[in-house]
Amino acid sequence: MTIHTVVNGRPHDLDVAPHALLLDVLRDTLDLKGAKRSCDTQVCGACTVLVDGLAVSACTYLAVEADGRSVLTVEGLAEGESLHPLQRAFVEAGAVQCGFCTSGMLLTAKAMLSEHDRPTRADVLHYLRGSLCRCTGYRKIVDAVLAAAETRS
Amino acid sequence: MLRPFTLHRPETADEACALLARLGEDSAAYAGGTELLLMMKLGLLRPRHLVDVKRIRGFGEIGLESHLGPRGPSPATAGGANSEGTRLTIGAAVTHRAVERSALVGARCPLVGSVARHVANVRVRNVGTVGGNLAFADPHSDLATLFLTLAASVELVSPRGRRELPLADFVRGPWETARASDELLAAVRLTPWAGDTAAAYVKFGVHERPTLAVAAALRLDGPVGAGRRGGDRIVDARVAVGCVGPKPERAAAAEACLRGASVADLEDAARAASDIAAAGVDPADDLYGSADYKREMVAVFVRRALGIAAARARGVAPATRFPHAVVA
Repeated sequence: MTIHTVVNGRPHDLDVAPHALLLDVLRDTLDLKGAKRSCDTQVCGACTVLVDGLAVSACTYLAVEADGRSVLTVEGLAEGESLHPLQRAFVEAGAVQCGFCTSGMLLTAKAMLSEHDRPTRADVLHYLRGSLCRCTGYRKIVDAVLAAAETRS
Repeated sequence: MLRPFTLHRPETADEACALLARLGEDSAAYAGGTELLLMMKLGLLRPRHLVDVKRIRGFGEIGLESHLGPRGPSPATAGGANSEGTRLTIGAAVTHRAVERSALVGARCPLVGSVARHVANVRVRNVGTVGGNLAFADPHSDLATLFLTLAASVELVSPRGRRELPLADFVRGPWETARASDELLAAVRLTPWAGDTAAAYVKFGVHERPTLAVAAALRLDGPVGAGRRGGDRIVDARVAVGCVGPKPERAAAAEACLRGASVADLEDAARAASDIAAAGVDPADDLYGSADYKREMVAVFVRRALGIAAARARGVAPATRFPHAVVA
Protein backbone atom coordinates (compact mmCIF):
# COMPACT_ATOMS: atom_id res chain seq x y z
CA MET A 1 0.00 0.00 0.00
CA THR A 2 1.25 3.49 -0.74
CA ILE A 3 1.13 5.93 2.12
CA HIS A 4 1.82 9.62 2.20
CA THR A 5 3.33 10.70 5.47
CA VAL A 6 5.35 13.63 6.74
CA VAL A 7 8.24 12.53 8.95
CA ASN A 8 10.09 15.21 10.88
CA GLY A 9 8.75 17.82 8.48
CA ARG A 10 9.76 15.95 5.30
CA PRO A 11 7.04 14.45 3.09
CA HIS A 12 7.46 10.83 2.00
CA ASP A 13 5.50 8.57 -0.31
CA LEU A 14 6.25 5.09 0.92
CA ASP A 15 5.24 1.68 -0.29
CA VAL A 16 4.57 -0.39 2.82
CA ALA A 17 3.02 -3.79 3.49
CA PRO A 18 -0.16 -3.79 5.63
CA HIS A 19 1.67 -5.75 8.32
CA ALA A 20 4.68 -3.39 8.41
CA LEU A 21 5.09 -1.73 11.79
CA LEU A 22 5.82 1.96 11.95
CA LEU A 23 8.92 1.28 14.03
CA ASP A 24 10.47 -0.88 11.30
CA VAL A 25 9.64 1.62 8.58
CA LEU A 26 11.23 4.42 10.58
CA ARG A 27 14.33 2.47 11.53
CA ASP A 28 14.94 0.38 8.42
CA THR A 29 13.39 2.31 5.52
CA LEU A 30 14.04 5.86 6.70
CA ASP A 31 17.15 5.03 8.74
CA LEU A 32 15.84 6.91 11.79
CA LYS A 33 17.24 4.88 14.68
CA GLY A 34 16.08 7.10 17.53
CA ALA A 35 12.98 5.08 18.36
CA LYS A 36 14.08 1.80 19.94
CA ARG A 37 12.57 -1.66 19.97
CA SER A 38 12.65 -2.91 23.51
CA CYS A 39 9.67 -4.57 25.20
CA ASP A 40 7.73 -4.79 21.90
CA THR A 41 4.48 -4.84 23.92
CA GLN A 42 3.67 -1.13 24.50
CA VAL A 43 4.84 -1.29 28.08
CA CYS A 44 8.23 0.46 28.11
CA GLY A 45 7.96 3.55 25.90
CA ALA A 46 11.36 3.20 24.19
CA CYS A 47 9.72 3.23 20.74
CA THR A 48 7.54 6.29 21.41
CA VAL A 49 6.99 8.64 18.47
CA LEU A 50 4.36 11.31 17.98
CA VAL A 51 1.71 10.84 15.29
CA ASP A 52 -0.16 14.09 14.71
CA GLY A 53 1.18 15.14 18.12
CA LEU A 54 -0.08 12.07 19.98
CA ALA A 55 2.35 9.67 21.62
CA VAL A 56 2.11 6.15 20.21
CA SER A 57 4.16 2.98 20.53
CA ALA A 58 5.69 2.59 17.07
CA CYS A 59 6.36 -1.09 17.84
CA THR A 60 2.63 -1.87 17.89
CA TYR A 61 1.33 0.61 15.33
CA LEU A 62 0.79 -0.27 11.70
CA ALA A 63 2.73 1.96 9.34
CA VAL A 64 -0.37 2.32 7.15
CA GLU A 65 -2.01 4.22 10.02
CA ALA A 66 0.51 7.01 9.45
CA ASP A 67 -1.01 7.64 6.01
CA GLY A 68 -1.98 11.30 5.76
CA ARG A 69 -0.44 12.05 9.14
CA SER A 70 2.71 13.66 10.51
CA VAL A 71 5.24 11.66 12.45
CA LEU A 72 7.80 13.18 14.80
CA THR A 73 10.81 11.20 15.99
CA VAL A 74 13.61 12.34 18.26
CA GLU A 75 15.67 13.20 15.17
CA GLY A 76 13.14 15.94 14.40
CA LEU A 77 13.33 17.68 17.77
CA ALA A 78 16.46 19.79 17.37
CA GLU A 79 16.60 22.61 14.86
CA GLY A 80 19.93 22.15 13.12
CA GLU A 81 22.63 22.37 15.77
CA SER A 82 20.23 23.96 18.26
CA LEU A 83 18.81 21.51 20.77
CA HIS A 84 15.09 21.51 21.65
CA PRO A 85 14.51 23.07 25.12
CA LEU A 86 13.60 19.60 26.43
CA GLN A 87 16.85 18.15 25.14
CA ARG A 88 18.81 21.00 26.70
CA ALA A 89 17.00 20.51 30.01
CA PHE A 90 17.78 16.77 29.92
CA VAL A 91 21.49 17.52 29.40
CA GLU A 92 21.55 20.13 32.14
CA ALA A 93 19.67 17.99 34.67
CA GLY A 94 21.77 14.89 33.98
CA ALA A 95 18.60 13.11 32.90
CA VAL A 96 20.41 10.91 30.38
CA GLN A 97 22.19 7.84 31.68
CA CYS A 98 22.44 4.94 29.25
CA GLY A 99 20.20 6.88 26.88
CA PHE A 100 18.06 3.99 25.70
CA CYS A 101 14.80 5.45 27.05
CA THR A 102 15.72 9.06 26.30
CA SER A 103 14.11 9.50 22.88
CA GLY A 104 10.83 8.11 24.16
CA MET A 105 10.98 10.23 27.30
CA LEU A 106 11.62 13.38 25.25
CA LEU A 107 8.75 12.78 22.86
CA THR A 108 6.32 11.80 25.62
CA ALA A 109 7.32 14.96 27.50
CA LYS A 110 6.79 17.01 24.36
CA ALA A 111 3.26 15.66 23.99
CA MET A 112 2.63 16.42 27.68
CA LEU A 113 3.85 20.00 27.29
CA SER A 114 1.53 20.54 24.34
CA GLU A 115 -1.41 19.77 26.64
CA HIS A 116 -0.30 21.50 29.83
CA ASP A 117 0.68 25.16 29.99
CA ARG A 118 2.07 24.89 33.50
CA PRO A 119 2.44 21.20 34.36
CA THR A 120 2.78 20.10 37.96
CA ARG A 121 5.05 17.28 39.07
CA ALA A 122 1.91 15.11 39.27
CA ASP A 123 1.05 15.94 35.64
CA VAL A 124 4.52 14.88 34.53
CA LEU A 125 4.44 11.68 36.59
CA HIS A 126 1.00 10.79 35.26
CA TYR A 127 2.07 11.31 31.66
CA LEU A 128 5.39 9.50 31.99
CA ARG A 129 3.84 6.51 33.72
CA GLY A 130 4.54 3.76 31.21
CA SER A 131 7.88 5.22 30.11
CA LEU A 132 10.47 3.04 31.77
CA CYS A 133 14.07 3.97 32.60
CA ARG A 134 16.01 0.88 33.62
CA CYS A 135 18.77 3.08 35.02
CA THR A 136 15.95 4.31 37.31
CA GLY A 137 16.91 7.92 36.69
CA TYR A 138 13.34 9.11 37.03
CA ARG A 139 13.90 11.99 39.44
CA LYS A 140 16.25 13.82 37.10
CA ILE A 141 14.03 13.10 34.10
CA VAL A 142 11.02 14.62 35.85
CA ASP A 143 13.17 17.55 37.03
CA ALA A 144 14.29 18.13 33.45
CA VAL A 145 10.74 18.13 32.08
CA LEU A 146 9.64 20.59 34.75
CA ALA A 147 12.68 22.78 34.05
CA ALA A 148 11.84 22.80 30.34
CA ALA A 149 8.26 23.76 31.14
CA GLU A 150 9.57 26.57 33.35
CA THR A 151 11.89 27.86 30.61
CA ARG A 152 9.03 27.96 28.17
CA SER A 153 6.65 29.96 30.33
CA MET B 1 7.24 -9.27 13.62
CA LEU B 2 3.81 -9.71 12.20
CA ARG B 3 2.75 -12.31 9.70
CA PRO B 4 1.37 -10.86 6.44
CA PHE B 5 -2.35 -10.09 6.23
CA THR B 6 -4.78 -8.22 4.02
CA LEU B 7 -6.23 -5.04 5.48
CA HIS B 8 -9.87 -4.26 4.74
CA ARG B 9 -11.31 -0.83 5.46
CA PRO B 10 -15.10 -0.98 5.22
CA GLU B 11 -17.10 2.20 5.69
CA THR B 12 -20.32 0.59 6.86
CA ALA B 13 -21.13 -1.96 9.54
CA ASP B 14 -22.97 -4.08 6.94
CA GLU B 15 -19.87 -4.25 4.79
CA ALA B 16 -17.69 -5.12 7.81
CA CYS B 17 -20.07 -7.87 8.95
CA ALA B 18 -20.24 -9.31 5.44
CA LEU B 19 -16.44 -9.50 5.42
CA LEU B 20 -16.34 -11.18 8.84
CA ALA B 21 -19.05 -13.62 7.75
CA ARG B 22 -17.26 -14.45 4.50
CA LEU B 23 -13.74 -14.69 5.93
CA GLY B 24 -14.76 -16.37 9.18
CA GLU B 25 -12.01 -17.54 11.50
CA ASP B 26 -9.42 -16.22 9.08
CA SER B 27 -10.33 -12.64 9.97
CA ALA B 28 -10.27 -10.35 12.96
CA ALA B 29 -11.84 -6.98 13.67
CA TYR B 30 -9.13 -4.36 14.11
CA ALA B 31 -9.33 -0.90 15.66
CA GLY B 32 -6.43 0.37 17.80
CA GLY B 33 -4.51 -2.89 17.63
CA THR B 34 -3.23 -2.52 21.18
CA GLU B 35 -4.45 -5.99 22.09
CA LEU B 36 -4.78 -7.66 18.68
CA LEU B 37 -1.33 -6.82 17.34
CA LEU B 38 0.29 -8.10 20.53
CA MET B 39 -1.54 -11.41 20.21
CA MET B 40 -0.51 -11.57 16.54
CA LYS B 41 3.14 -10.87 17.36
CA LEU B 42 3.07 -13.77 19.80
CA GLY B 43 1.47 -15.97 17.16
CA LEU B 44 -1.52 -16.65 19.43
CA LEU B 45 -3.76 -15.21 16.71
CA ARG B 46 -2.93 -15.58 13.05
CA PRO B 47 -5.68 -13.85 11.05
CA ARG B 48 -4.96 -13.45 7.37
CA HIS B 49 -7.47 -10.62 7.09
CA LEU B 50 -7.91 -7.62 9.37
CA VAL B 51 -11.16 -5.69 9.14
CA ASP B 52 -10.49 -2.12 10.24
CA VAL B 53 -13.63 -0.80 11.96
CA LYS B 54 -12.39 2.77 12.52
CA ARG B 55 -13.96 4.15 9.35
CA ILE B 56 -17.44 2.84 10.06
CA ARG B 57 -19.89 5.67 10.61
CA GLY B 58 -20.86 6.08 14.23
CA PHE B 59 -18.20 3.76 15.61
CA GLY B 60 -16.09 6.71 16.68
CA GLU B 61 -18.90 8.65 18.33
CA ILE B 62 -20.11 9.25 21.85
CA GLY B 63 -23.76 10.19 22.26
CA LEU B 64 -26.89 9.98 24.33
CA GLU B 65 -29.65 7.55 23.64
CA SER B 66 -33.03 7.65 25.25
CA HIS B 67 -33.72 4.21 26.61
CA LEU B 68 -36.99 3.06 25.12
CA GLY B 69 -38.42 0.58 27.55
CA PRO B 70 -41.45 -1.55 26.77
CA ARG B 71 -43.70 1.38 27.60
CA GLY B 72 -41.68 3.97 25.72
CA PRO B 73 -39.87 6.95 27.13
CA SER B 74 -40.88 8.22 30.54
CA PRO B 75 -42.30 11.75 30.72
CA ALA B 76 -39.18 12.85 32.58
CA THR B 77 -36.97 11.64 29.74
CA ALA B 78 -39.16 13.21 27.12
CA GLY B 79 -38.83 16.53 28.92
CA GLY B 80 -35.07 16.27 28.66
CA ALA B 81 -34.51 17.81 32.08
CA ASN B 82 -34.04 14.53 33.87
CA SER B 83 -31.22 12.27 32.82
CA GLU B 84 -32.88 9.15 34.27
CA GLY B 85 -33.25 6.57 31.57
CA THR B 86 -30.99 8.33 29.10
CA ARG B 87 -28.09 6.10 28.31
CA LEU B 88 -24.61 7.10 27.26
CA THR B 89 -23.51 5.34 24.08
CA ILE B 90 -19.81 4.95 23.38
CA GLY B 91 -18.91 3.70 19.89
CA ALA B 92 -16.63 0.69 19.71
CA ALA B 93 -13.81 2.60 17.99
CA VAL B 94 -13.74 5.49 20.48
CA THR B 95 -10.28 5.70 22.04
CA HIS B 96 -9.68 5.82 25.79
CA ARG B 97 -8.25 9.29 25.24
CA ALA B 98 -11.46 10.48 23.59
CA VAL B 99 -13.45 9.12 26.53
CA GLU B 100 -11.12 10.91 28.95
CA ARG B 101 -11.61 14.20 27.12
CA SER B 102 -15.32 13.93 26.31
CA ALA B 103 -17.43 16.65 27.92
CA LEU B 104 -20.49 14.42 27.54
CA VAL B 105 -18.82 11.58 29.45
CA GLY B 106 -17.66 14.07 32.06
CA ALA B 107 -21.21 15.35 32.52
CA ARG B 108 -23.07 12.02 32.52
CA CYS B 109 -20.57 9.44 33.76
CA PRO B 110 -17.69 11.42 35.29
CA LEU B 111 -16.00 8.40 36.84
CA VAL B 112 -15.78 6.79 33.39
CA GLY B 113 -13.74 9.78 32.21
CA SER B 114 -11.49 9.57 35.27
CA VAL B 115 -10.91 5.85 34.84
CA ALA B 116 -10.18 6.29 31.12
CA ARG B 117 -7.40 8.67 32.20
CA HIS B 118 -5.74 5.79 34.03
CA VAL B 119 -6.07 2.95 31.52
CA ALA B 120 -2.63 1.43 30.74
CA ASN B 121 -0.38 4.28 29.59
CA VAL B 122 -0.81 7.35 27.39
CA ARG B 123 0.32 5.56 24.22
CA VAL B 124 -2.25 2.81 24.68
CA ARG B 125 -4.93 5.37 25.55
CA ASN B 126 -4.21 7.33 22.37
CA VAL B 127 -4.94 4.41 20.06
CA GLY B 128 -6.67 1.70 22.14
CA THR B 129 -10.45 1.62 21.91
CA VAL B 130 -13.34 0.93 24.23
CA GLY B 131 -14.70 -1.75 21.89
CA GLY B 132 -11.36 -3.48 21.57
CA ASN B 133 -10.92 -3.47 25.32
CA LEU B 134 -14.31 -5.08 25.93
CA ALA B 135 -14.16 -7.49 22.99
CA PHE B 136 -10.80 -8.87 24.15
CA ALA B 137 -12.27 -9.58 27.57
CA ASP B 138 -8.94 -9.42 29.33
CA PRO B 139 -9.80 -10.16 32.98
CA HIS B 140 -7.71 -7.11 33.91
CA SER B 141 -9.87 -4.66 31.93
CA ASP B 142 -10.52 -1.46 33.87
CA LEU B 143 -13.54 -0.62 31.76
CA ALA B 144 -15.38 -3.90 32.13
CA THR B 145 -15.14 -3.74 35.93
CA LEU B 146 -16.38 -0.16 36.12
CA PHE B 147 -19.06 -0.63 33.45
CA LEU B 148 -20.67 -3.44 35.46
CA THR B 149 -21.74 -0.81 38.00
CA LEU B 150 -23.33 1.25 35.19
CA ALA B 151 -25.70 -1.46 33.96
CA ALA B 152 -23.70 -1.68 30.75
CA SER B 153 -24.84 -3.51 27.67
CA VAL B 154 -23.13 -4.03 24.36
CA GLU B 155 -24.61 -3.71 20.91
CA LEU B 156 -23.63 -6.44 18.47
CA VAL B 157 -24.29 -6.27 14.74
CA SER B 158 -24.18 -9.06 12.19
CA PRO B 159 -25.71 -9.93 8.82
CA ARG B 160 -28.57 -11.39 10.93
CA GLY B 161 -29.33 -8.03 12.54
CA ARG B 162 -28.59 -6.25 15.79
CA ARG B 163 -28.83 -7.47 19.32
CA GLU B 164 -28.12 -6.02 22.71
CA LEU B 165 -26.56 -8.03 25.48
CA PRO B 166 -25.79 -7.13 29.11
CA LEU B 167 -22.03 -6.76 29.53
CA ALA B 168 -22.18 -9.34 32.32
CA ASP B 169 -23.42 -11.90 29.75
CA PHE B 170 -21.17 -10.71 26.96
CA VAL B 171 -17.96 -11.36 28.89
CA ARG B 172 -17.91 -15.10 29.52
CA GLY B 173 -14.43 -15.62 30.89
CA PRO B 174 -10.79 -14.81 30.24
CA TRP B 175 -10.53 -13.61 26.61
CA GLU B 176 -13.89 -15.20 25.88
CA THR B 177 -17.09 -13.40 24.91
CA ALA B 178 -20.53 -14.26 23.58
CA ARG B 179 -19.69 -12.59 20.25
CA ALA B 180 -20.24 -14.85 17.24
CA SER B 181 -17.47 -14.86 14.63
CA ASP B 182 -19.55 -12.82 12.16
CA GLU B 183 -20.64 -10.33 14.79
CA LEU B 184 -19.15 -6.93 15.40
CA LEU B 185 -19.17 -5.05 18.67
CA ALA B 186 -20.66 -1.71 17.63
CA ALA B 187 -21.08 0.18 20.89
CA VAL B 188 -21.45 -0.02 24.65
CA ARG B 189 -24.35 1.63 26.46
CA LEU B 190 -24.07 2.86 30.02
CA THR B 191 -26.88 3.90 32.34
CA PRO B 192 -25.59 6.90 34.30
CA TRP B 193 -26.00 6.83 38.06
CA ALA B 194 -28.58 9.12 39.60
CA GLY B 195 -27.26 12.50 40.69
CA ASP B 196 -27.23 11.54 44.36
CA THR B 197 -24.57 8.87 43.84
CA ALA B 198 -20.97 8.95 45.07
CA ALA B 199 -18.45 6.54 43.64
CA ALA B 200 -14.83 5.49 43.46
CA TYR B 201 -12.63 3.25 41.38
CA VAL B 202 -9.41 1.89 42.86
CA LYS B 203 -6.87 -0.38 41.23
CA PHE B 204 -3.81 -1.89 42.77
CA GLY B 205 -0.74 -3.57 41.35
CA VAL B 206 2.91 -3.34 40.47
CA HIS B 207 2.76 -4.66 36.91
CA GLU B 208 1.46 -3.01 33.74
CA ARG B 209 -1.95 -4.56 34.35
CA PRO B 210 -3.54 -4.27 37.77
CA THR B 211 -3.60 -7.07 40.31
CA LEU B 212 -7.10 -6.10 41.32
CA ALA B 213 -9.64 -3.38 40.73
CA VAL B 214 -12.73 -2.30 42.64
CA ALA B 215 -15.55 -0.04 41.50
CA ALA B 216 -17.98 1.13 44.17
CA ALA B 217 -21.03 3.38 43.80
CA LEU B 218 -23.30 4.46 46.66
CA ARG B 219 -26.68 6.03 45.98
CA LEU B 220 -27.94 8.13 48.88
CA ASP B 221 -31.35 9.20 50.12
CA GLY B 222 -30.44 12.81 49.39
CA PRO B 223 -27.91 14.94 47.50
CA VAL B 224 -24.21 14.18 47.60
CA GLY B 225 -22.10 16.71 49.48
CA ALA B 226 -21.61 18.34 52.82
CA GLY B 227 -24.38 20.00 54.82
CA ARG B 228 -27.46 19.13 56.77
CA ARG B 229 -29.57 18.63 53.64
CA GLY B 230 -27.15 16.10 52.20
CA GLY B 231 -28.07 12.44 51.96
CA ASP B 232 -26.78 9.98 54.49
CA ARG B 233 -28.52 6.60 54.12
CA ILE B 234 -27.40 4.29 51.33
CA VAL B 235 -30.44 3.31 49.29
CA ASP B 236 -28.52 1.43 46.62
CA ALA B 237 -24.95 0.15 46.42
CA ARG B 238 -23.02 -1.29 43.54
CA VAL B 239 -19.68 -3.02 43.95
CA ALA B 240 -17.72 -4.72 41.17
CA VAL B 241 -14.41 -6.53 41.54
CA GLY B 242 -12.10 -7.08 38.58
CA CYS B 243 -8.77 -8.73 37.72
CA VAL B 244 -8.81 -11.44 40.38
CA GLY B 245 -11.39 -13.82 38.95
CA PRO B 246 -11.89 -15.24 35.44
CA LYS B 247 -14.02 -12.18 34.68
CA PRO B 248 -15.08 -9.02 36.51
CA GLU B 249 -18.12 -9.58 38.70
CA ARG B 250 -20.62 -7.60 40.73
CA ALA B 251 -20.56 -8.49 44.42
CA ALA B 252 -24.32 -8.66 44.99
CA ALA B 253 -24.12 -10.01 48.54
CA ALA B 254 -21.73 -7.23 49.54
CA GLU B 255 -24.02 -4.66 47.94
CA ALA B 256 -26.98 -5.98 49.94
CA CYS B 257 -25.28 -5.47 53.27
CA LEU B 258 -24.51 -1.83 52.45
CA ARG B 259 -28.12 -0.85 51.84
CA GLY B 260 -29.55 1.16 54.70
CA ALA B 261 -26.14 1.97 56.18
CA SER B 262 -25.08 5.53 56.95
CA VAL B 263 -22.19 7.01 54.94
CA ALA B 264 -21.16 8.98 58.02
CA ASP B 265 -20.67 5.74 59.92
CA LEU B 266 -19.85 3.18 57.28
CA GLU B 267 -16.96 1.42 59.03
CA ASP B 268 -18.82 -1.71 60.18
CA ALA B 269 -20.92 -2.13 57.05
CA ALA B 270 -17.89 -1.57 54.83
CA ARG B 271 -15.91 -4.18 56.77
CA ALA B 272 -18.74 -6.69 56.45
CA ALA B 273 -19.20 -5.92 52.75
CA SER B 274 -15.50 -6.24 52.01
CA ASP B 275 -15.27 -9.60 53.81
CA ILE B 276 -18.28 -10.85 51.84
CA ALA B 277 -16.80 -9.57 48.57
CA ALA B 278 -13.47 -11.29 49.34
CA ALA B 279 -15.24 -14.56 50.15
CA GLY B 280 -17.10 -14.33 46.85
CA VAL B 281 -14.15 -13.99 44.46
CA ASP B 282 -12.55 -16.87 42.60
CA PRO B 283 -8.85 -15.98 42.38
CA ALA B 284 -6.05 -18.04 40.86
CA ASP B 285 -2.36 -18.17 41.73
CA ASP B 286 -0.40 -16.35 39.04
CA LEU B 287 2.32 -13.76 38.56
CA TYR B 288 0.03 -11.09 39.99
CA GLY B 289 -0.03 -12.87 43.34
CA SER B 290 -1.22 -15.97 45.12
CA ALA B 291 -4.93 -16.65 45.38
CA ASP B 292 -4.84 -16.08 49.14
CA TYR B 293 -3.05 -12.79 48.72
CA LYS B 294 -5.52 -11.57 46.13
CA ARG B 295 -8.46 -12.51 48.32
CA GLU B 296 -6.90 -10.61 51.19
CA MET B 297 -6.31 -7.58 48.97
CA VAL B 298 -9.89 -7.66 47.70
CA ALA B 299 -11.06 -7.19 51.30
CA VAL B 300 -8.60 -4.33 51.81
CA PHE B 301 -9.44 -2.51 48.62
CA VAL B 302 -13.21 -2.96 48.71
CA ARG B 303 -13.06 -1.34 52.14
CA ARG B 304 -10.85 1.47 50.84
CA ALA B 305 -13.02 2.08 47.78
CA LEU B 306 -16.11 2.25 49.96
CA GLY B 307 -14.31 4.63 52.31
CA ILE B 308 -13.44 6.92 49.41
CA ALA B 309 -16.97 6.83 48.00
CA ALA B 310 -18.41 7.52 51.46
CA ALA B 311 -16.07 10.48 51.95
CA ARG B 312 -17.09 11.84 48.56
CA ALA B 313 -20.73 11.33 49.51
CA ARG B 314 -20.20 13.57 52.51
CA GLY B 315 -18.23 16.18 50.59
CA VAL B 316 -15.08 15.34 52.55
CA ALA B 317 -11.69 14.99 50.86
CA PRO B 318 -10.97 11.25 50.92
CA ALA B 319 -7.61 9.62 51.61
CA THR B 320 -6.54 8.62 48.12
CA ARG B 321 -2.88 7.72 48.48
CA PHE B 322 -2.18 4.05 48.91
CA PRO B 323 1.07 2.34 47.84
CA HIS B 324 0.90 0.96 44.29
CA ALA B 325 -2.72 2.02 43.93
CA VAL B 326 -4.46 4.35 41.50
CA VAL B 327 -7.62 6.08 42.63
CA ALA B 328 -10.14 7.45 40.14
